Amino acid sequence: MEKLSEIAKIIRSKNSGPFEITFDIMFPDEDSYKRVKESKVLNRELISGIYNVKDEDIITFMSFDPALAFKFTLKRSPSTQQGSINEYDTFGAQQHAPLLDIEIP
Amino acid sequence: MKEIKILTPVGMLGYGFPEEFYLKGLERNPDAVIIDSGSTDPGPYMLGTGATLVKPMAYEKDLKVILRGIGEKKIPFLIGSAGGAGTKENVDYMIETIQKICAELGLKKKIVGIYADVEKERIQSALKSGQISSCSSSPILTDTDIEHSVRVVAQMGAEPIYEALKRYPDADIVVAGRAYDPSPYAAFCMYKGITDPGIYWHMGKIMECGGFCCERKSQVILATVREDSFDLEPMDPSNRCTEVSVASHTLYEKTRPDLLPGPGGRLNLQGSQYEQFTDRVVRVKGSQFEPSAVYQVKLEGAALVGYRAVFIGGVRDPILISQLDKFLENVKKRLESMYPSLKTGEAKIFFHIYGKNAVMGTLEPKKDAAPVEVGILGEVVAPTQELANAICSNTRVGVLHMPYPGQLATGGNLALPLNPPDNALGPVCRFSVYHLMDVESPLELFPIFEVEE
Repeated sequence: MEKLSEIAKIIRSKNSGPFEITFDIMFPDEDSYKRVKESKVLNRELISGIYNVKDEDIITFMSFDPALAFKFTLKRSPSTQQGSINEYDTFGAQQHAPLLDIEIP
Repeated sequence: MKEIKILTPVGMLGYGFPEEFYLKGLERNPDAVIIDSGSTDPGPYMLGTGATLVKPMAYEKDLKVILRGIGEKKIPFLIGSAGGAGTKENVDYMIETIQKICAELGLKKKIVGIYADVEKERIQSALKSGQISSCSSSPILTDTDIEHSVRVVAQMGAEPIYEALKRYPDADIVVAGRAYDPSPYAAFCMYKGITDPGIYWHMGKIMECGGFCCERKSQVILATVREDSFDLEPMDPSNRCTEVSVASHTLYEKTRPDLLPGPGGRLNLQGSQYEQFTDRVVRVKGSQFEPSAVYQVKLEGAALVGYRAVFIGGVRDPILISQLDKFLENVKKRLESMYPSLKTGEAKIFFHIYGKNAVMGTLEPKKDAAPVEVGILGEVVAPTQELANAICSNTRVGVLHMPYPGQLATGGNLALPLNPPDNALGPVCRFSVYHLMDVESPLELFPIFEVEE
């Protein structure tokens, strides 16, 4: 078992517009990307569990071969408005940490 | 085959770029210099308060380098989403600043402007006629949202900028208000006779961020565009584009990387091919543009929410840390009894607890953290600054002095680093409009004008 943080090249989060946060997991080469893709560890259920969100709040979950990457996009919590009151992360750039410890066989 | 070259100094006007690489780019005889000046990423306060994304000194610095480099040469310079939010004020400010710099440099340049502001009545009537739809998970738009909006702009597609170039073929500089980021790039290619929208929309989508698509995120980049492909090359000789670095670009800040909706249609990258043409240059082919049945523009509007005051303090006492949520609930209850506007919801108190879940809020999976210390950021919003200040002050006093079960430390609950401890922040805004509007014509909202010398 290896942690995703030891395999991936980039693990990040960022706003995609004011109402969504998008996450990218990008790999340094075809082999590591294939390994993670074939393990099927990264999926909607996993994300739903890690971030405690409902499936319908996961707007996108996909792999993107040309970039050797996985992406998923979540709806922002309605209790906060981007760049407004009760904001917790204006750029949505610090929401990725729970992904680092995902275990890949 | 016809080739046109577009030089972008940096992905955001005002962020700065190495002049030597920009000059290298100019040596390649580009057909245009194009730059994006807009973003909603930092939040709604620019649109709500009229502030620019970057400070005036930074704009002037970049504009001076760009215009000095172009000099007397007839290389058109296009700016999209002037000033950040791209309002009329922003466009006028940008034009004035450019005129000032041209005068300083002894340059005579013909400037054309395009506004992007939308009247509230227009949006209200569109809402009534069912011509408004949500964009990127925005909530349903109400008449109140429109009414409260201080400013609203629409993101122009390529057509208004293309029209400006056709109408004023001797224009040296085009200053566009709010635009869909790739629009100036697409417009210029249309003007130069490139007919495949898949080519120029994809090129524009990448180029508008400058050298972000390179192996090392950088600034100056040159695109060479043909009828059936486009090449990307960073002007820093030590940097390069790779197939993966270019393909990865549309992951950044996008809901999905392969289908990118915009005014007039959708860019489909599912069949795009990326070729490492040289060890530094990538060639892209195969991107498709799918026109939409109805032409839609994205509206962005901001409204004032209220005025804010904040305090920040640290807690080191483990007895209080272990019961902090309950304690702060009690503080809120006490404040509600003092200020009726907290009960009605006109005013609000938020506590951000650093060390616990201030960064991730409800997404935070680690529920059992036992930090040695926490930072409490108390945020108060109210209809007036005076009320926000008063509530903030009383709240801070509440957190500082209210008792709690098992308390041993009665000197004060907070380590306050700032004097004065309560600080007024001024107005706070929200995105009141972030929706798509159907339009009859791509030009109707975007008046084009020639600037008087």
